[in-house]
Amino acid sequence: MDAGSLAVNEREKSIIVKGKQKKQLVCDTDSAAGCVSQRACVYCGARVVLNPVTDALHLVHGPIGCASYTWDIRGSLSSGSELYRSSFSTDLQEEDIIFGGEKKLARAIDELVLKHHPPLVFVYSTCIVGVIGDDLEAVCKAAAQRHNIQVIPVQSSGFIGNKSAGYRAACNALLRLMGPEPTPTRNLNSINYLGDFNLAGEAWIISNYLRQMGLEVNVTFTGDSRYETLIKAPRASLNIVQCAGSMHYLAQKMRELYGIPYLNVSFLGVLDTTASLRMIAEHFGGSGIKQKTEELIKTETDKVIPLINGYRGNLQGRKAAVYVGGGFKAISLIKQFREIGIDVVMIGTQTGRQSEYETINDLVDEGTVVLDDANPSELERFMVEKGAHLLVGGVKERPLAYKLGAAFIDHNHDRKHPLSGYEGAVNFAREVYSTVCSPVWKYLKA
Amino acid sequence: MLEHTPKEIKERKGGMINPAKTCQPIGAMYAALGIHKCLPHSHGSQGCCSYHRMHLTRHFRDPIMASTSSFTEGACVFGGGANLKTAIKNVFAIYDPDVMAIHTTCLTETIGDDIPSYLGSAEIPDGKIVIHANTPSYAGSHVTGFANMTKGMVTYLAEATTDTNKEQVNIIPGFVNPGDMREIKRLTKSMGINFIMFPDTSGVVDSPMTGKFEMFPRGGAKVEDIRDTGNSKLTIALGSFASTDAAIQLERKCKVPAKTLKTPIGIKATDEFLMALRAAFISEIPYELEEERGQLVDIMTDTHYHFHGQRVAVFGDPDVVIGLTEFILSLGMVPVHVLTGTPGAAFEKEIKAMLLEAGLKANVKANGDLFELQQWIKNEPVDLLLGNTYGKYISRAEDIPFVRVGFPVLDRSVHSYMPIVGYQGAMRLVEMISNALLDRADRDAADEDFELVM
Repeated sequence: MDAGSLAVNEREKSIIVKGKQKKQLVCDTDSAAGCVSQRACVYCGARVVLNPVTDALHLVHGPIGCASYTWDIRGSLSSGSELYRSSFSTDLQEEDIIFGGEKKLARAIDELVLKHHPPLVFVYSTCIVGVIGDDLEAVCKAAAQRHNIQVIPVQSSGFIGNKSAGYRAACNALLRLMGPEPTPTRNLNSINYLGDFNLAGEAWIISNYLRQMGLEVNVTFTGDSRYETLIKAPRASLNIVQCAGSMHYLAQKMRELYGIPYLNVSFLGVLDTTASLRMIAEHFGGSGIKQKTEELIKTETDKVIPLINGYRGNLQGRKAAVYVGGGFKAISLIKQFREIGIDVVMIGTQTGRQSEYETINDLVDEGTVVLDDANPSELERFMVEKGAHLLVGGVKERPLAYKLGAAFIDHNHDRKHPLSGYEGAVNFAREVYSTVCSPVWKYLKA
Repeated sequence: MLEHTPKEIKERKGGMINPAKTCQPIGAMYAALGIHKCLPHSHGSQGCCSYHRMHLTRHFRDPIMASTSSFTEGACVFGGGANLKTAIKNVFAIYDPDVMAIHTTCLTETIGDDIPSYLGSAEIPDGKIVIHANTPSYAGSHVTGFANMTKGMVTYLAEATTDTNKEQVNIIPGFVNPGDMREIKRLTKSMGINFIMFPDTSGVVDSPMTGKFEMFPRGGAKVEDIRDTGNSKLTIALGSFASTDAAIQLERKCKVPAKTLKTPIGIKATDEFLMALRAAFISEIPYELEEERGQLVDIMTDTHYHFHGQRVAVFGDPDVVIGLTEFILSLGMVPVHVLTGTPGAAFEKEIKAMLLEAGLKANVKANGDLFELQQWIKNEPVDLLLGNTYGKYISRAEDIPFVRVGFPVLDRSVHSYMPIVGYQGAMRLVEMISNALLDRADRDAADEDFELVM
């Protein structure tokens, strides 16, 4: 297609080329109507954040689709309950739209609680619930009293904003779960880990590191989390925040409400993992923790650096394009790609914030294209223009990359190996190697 | 994983657990992809479009393109007209499709957006076409959405322009894979009959690798062909749930006689499809197809002892499940549980009639869910489960061999290229089913019972 025709005025402001323009990239705006946006909705944002709470009953109040499309797609692992992997929907019908869905919702909660005995129910509102005006608060409150458990409404009607608004709705639900009172006892050396959804068991890797440093992870928000540990979160003495896009708000609120300080961390790539672990050790001080941390870093890096370097030899000089959900991942990926000798030539996010885009712009080389809320045609255009050999993205981007004859890494729900920590850095290098250096690309030209 | 499903069945009134259906708009999006150079457009929140594209991408493993009206709070309060008009302008300016196929969502249906009146005042570039279908997510299922968009194609495009009907047949394939559409076309072509298939997603969602991303791949029914369906001698609608509405609309609008047949899965339904074509157009079935049929019968007789009396649970979309049920009956298998998530009494009626003819009884349900299917299986165990990917949880929990068939299949590849329709599709089904049963027999066999020849 004609690249020139892409320049809808509204979109121009959301794309910059480093070094060429002085202007600031415009992000966090609503998508233009009629675009093939890769973005999702409020409900989607709330659902992905809360779904990993394993022993909660996640009830989607709306027509069937919203529940169907989110049935067990997250890839978050559980060490306990599997209840979160089933799909529960009120399956609203025409008569419910006309007469209201409150009765059906109350009945659904009653039936499901009696059947599954969950300690906690999340009730998600969808577009239509916001329009027909069901009083979710009242229904949930009454149900909570009837069953003597927490029934928390998640205000996630799809149209009230974008995915970020959904993250916020999820965080508000979690805050409500934890309650307003600061808990009197604080556990020293106890950490909450925010923004890891335990995809492929990643949160377990990081918790293991922290344990080796002499720290204890109280709960991960929300990977492999459960009711009992979530409500104890206000007692921790530090919050570390990885996926800032979804969890920054929660960290701020927890500081405000419970006085828990937070640190922004990233466990993607060797450099960021090491820096994050040191930052955490520094926060707690004490020579014991610091020494254990250094020992851990040495043991792990000694183990993984030779392996990563082995892949680096085959990858040096290749070019990558990155299109991911949030800014933190994009920033870490630039550095992580450098570790394996790859330059990032195009980078964008669905919901990155202004400050994150500034960091990205500082990190990338001259000429790198930076873009917010890209559509497939833009991804195609800049990948081709910049000669990218590899795209990092999610479900919808995979076949696009393949069609262009480019390799692909899923850095989203569909990842099959952990990509976090030292172990994850090796997996990442191996995945990049196995897709970039696969023989299949040779058959492209007949 | 599904340990929490109790065996005891109690009546439920509060919705679905582990659904066997999804919502209308995704079906409309899939149908619209079956028009050449068409961009499906979702009139609703961004999430809908994103979810549908994601789901279809996972099933077909091809890029799925669709645009959205990107609803915000303001659009809900003031109506979506402004969003839709902007969307129309942007879609043609940026992506330049020949056709834009709009479907609604639960949100836009509920706030009462009137698409035809918006279209009346929208700026549509010369030579470009906009069609629409109402697809409220709170009624029917994804199959209903497919049917509604297919009917919309007729409403907007079909025209009777000739005095006499052309010697050609319209074929509406229903909600099946592109591999199935290709097979139906091959069968028709080999009989030497002129045909128009719509929608036709072959060449769109199974497009070849060229090293270039094509926003609009080569496949899909051409607009001029869909127009010309109004001049055909006959319409064959394959599958009453997905295809009948469009065929009846054609009959009403252009006086083209409509005939609804089962989705041609298995020997009987394929025979009926070919006979219907023969009756209207030719005198002889070509030897090539007779040979294929003979091969299928040969395979069925070679393997019948593996199948006879095996108890089966079948679930999925109604048209496909009806075809599968008929076929497994012809293999001597016993359908014990037959379920679709799509509402519709016609489904239960049709399955029960087949069972009656075979002298069997089974649990049969439309508008059911997989929670209930699992409960049925706990109470009356089966030897085989046939259905889409979501069956894998039940298959694991109840330790039953499982054959993936239908939509969606999210955890296996290549399926969308391969037919389950026609004689060759039936052969493939026999192979898949017998492999699943025999792999299980091998796995479970004690050393002394482990056989080389089976």
